[in-house]
Amino acid sequence: MIDKRVVSAAEAVADIADGSSIMIGGFGEAGSPIELIHALIDQGASDLTVISNNTGSGQVGLAALLKERRVSKVICSFPKTLNSTVFPELYREGFTELELVPQGTLAERIRAGGAGVPAFYTPTAVGTPLGEGKESREFDGREYLLEYGLTADYTLIKGLVADIHGNVLYNKTARNFAPIMASAADVTIVQATTVVEPGVIDPETVVTPGIFVDRVLEVAEPAHESELIAAGECYP
Amino acid sequence: MSQQADTKGWTREEMAQRLAQDIPNGSYVNLGIGIPELVARFVPQGRMFIYHTENGLLGMGPSPEEGDGDPELINAGKRHVTANPGAAYFHHADSFAMIRGGHLDLSVLGAMQVSQHGDLANWSTGKPDAIPAVGGAMDLVAGVKQVFVITQHCTKSGEPKLVESCSYPLTGRGIVNRIYSDLAVIDVTPEGFRVVELCPGVDFQSVQERTGAPLLPAEQ
Repeated sequence: MIDKRVVSAAEAVADIADGSSIMIGGFGEAGSPIELIHALIDQGASDLTVISNNTGSGQVGLAALLKERRVSKVICSFPKTLNSTVFPELYREGFTELELVPQGTLAERIRAGGAGVPAFYTPTAVGTPLGEGKESREFDGREYLLEYGLTADYTLIKGLVADIHGNVLYNKTARNFAPIMASAADVTIVQATTVVEPGVIDPETVVTPGIFVDRVLEVAEPAHESELIAAGECYP
Repeated sequence: MSQQADTKGWTREEMAQRLAQDIPNGSYVNLGIGIPELVARFVPQGRMFIYHTENGLLGMGPSPEEGDGDPELINAGKRHVTANPGAAYFHHADSFAMIRGGHLDLSVLGAMQVSQHGDLANWSTGKPDAIPAVGGAMDLVAGVKQVFVITQHCTKSGEPKLVESCSYPLTGRGIVNRIYSDLAVIDVTPEGFRVVELCPGVDFQSVQERTGAPLLPAEQ
C-alpha cells in the first residue's frame, strides 16, 4: 500500500531544516506553489538556498519568503519581475546572494542533477560575462562551457491532478520547471488541485511519474499570485 | 545627430511587418519581448508560423480578450496568451532542448547594441546597481538557427546601436544574422554590416551617419 498524501501544508513542509536547499517550481506566477511556500514561512526555516526561475512578485509567495529574510541565496535566471521589489532590496543590501544562470542552463543543470549526470557542456553564455572563468572545451570547432548538475534537499511544486502514488499532471504553462525539479530533490512535495486514487490518471498521459514524488497535498482552490497582489495582500 | 528628427523611418509596426515578410512558411519562431512581439500581427497571406515561448508552449496564439486570461497560460513576458489548435505544452528542459538543439528556425530579439561582427548585447547595462537578469536570451542566440534583431537604429539620446564593438555585456558572440531597424534592413556579413534595403525616403549616407561602424552598400 502506497499513499503519499499528507493532510496539511504544515505537515508537508514540517521537516525542512535551516540551511536547506529548495527548488521551487513556477515561471512568474504560473506554477508557483503558493500554499506550500506560505506553510514554509509559517514553519520558520531560515538560511535557505532557493532555486527558482524568478524571485516572486508583490509580498506574497516566494517574495514573502524572501522578505521574511529566510533566503540567503537564490539561484535563478530572471530575478526581476513586474512588482518585484523585495529581492532587489535584499540583493543591494547584501543579505541575499544571487547566482545568475541562463534559463536553459538552469533547466539543464536541474535535469542533469535529477538524471545522475554530474556535469555537461553547453554552448550557452560562451564569450559573455556569465561564461567567464568557466572550464571550456572545443567540440567540432565550437567552444562549450562546463556546467554542473544541480540537486536540492527539497522541491516544492504545483500540479493540477496527482494520484496518491505521486503521478502528476500539470496545467498549461504552469508545468515549466516542475517535472525536472521533481526528479532533482531528495524530497519532492506536490500540491495539486485534485488528488485521485491510482488508476484514475491514464498512464499514457502521466507527466511526472510517481517515483519522483514523495508527498502529495490537495489544495483544491490554489491562490494565484496576481490575484493576491491585486487584493493588496501581504503574507504573513 | 542633428538631422535625426528629419529622417522619417519605418514605424515599429512597419519594422515588424518588414521582418515578417522574410520568414518562410512553416517556420518555428521564438519572438522576444517588446518590438519582436509585434511580428505576430503581420503574418503574410498564405503563410503560417508556429510560435514557441520558452516557458513551455509551441503554438502560442494571440492575447485573449481582456478579463479572459488564464494565470497559468502565459508567455515568456509573463503576459496572458492563448494556445492555438495543434499546440503543445512541455517542461523547461524540453523547451530549451528545442532552442539549444537547433530545432527552432528563427529567434527575433531586441537589442541594446549589435557589433559589426554580429555580437549582441541585450540583457544588461553592466551598471553596478543594476539587478542582473538574463532569462533565456543567451540560450536562444547560442542555439537557434537564425537570429534576427529588430530595433530602433539609435538610442533615445541618438547614440548608434550598431557599433564596431559592444560596450555593454554580451549576450552572445557572432550570432546576429540580420538587423531590422527603423531606417534599414542590414545583414551581418564576414566583411561587416551590409545594407540590404533602405527605408523609402532614407538615403545610405544618413544611415551611415547614424551607424557606429562602416556600412557596405547593397549588392546590385
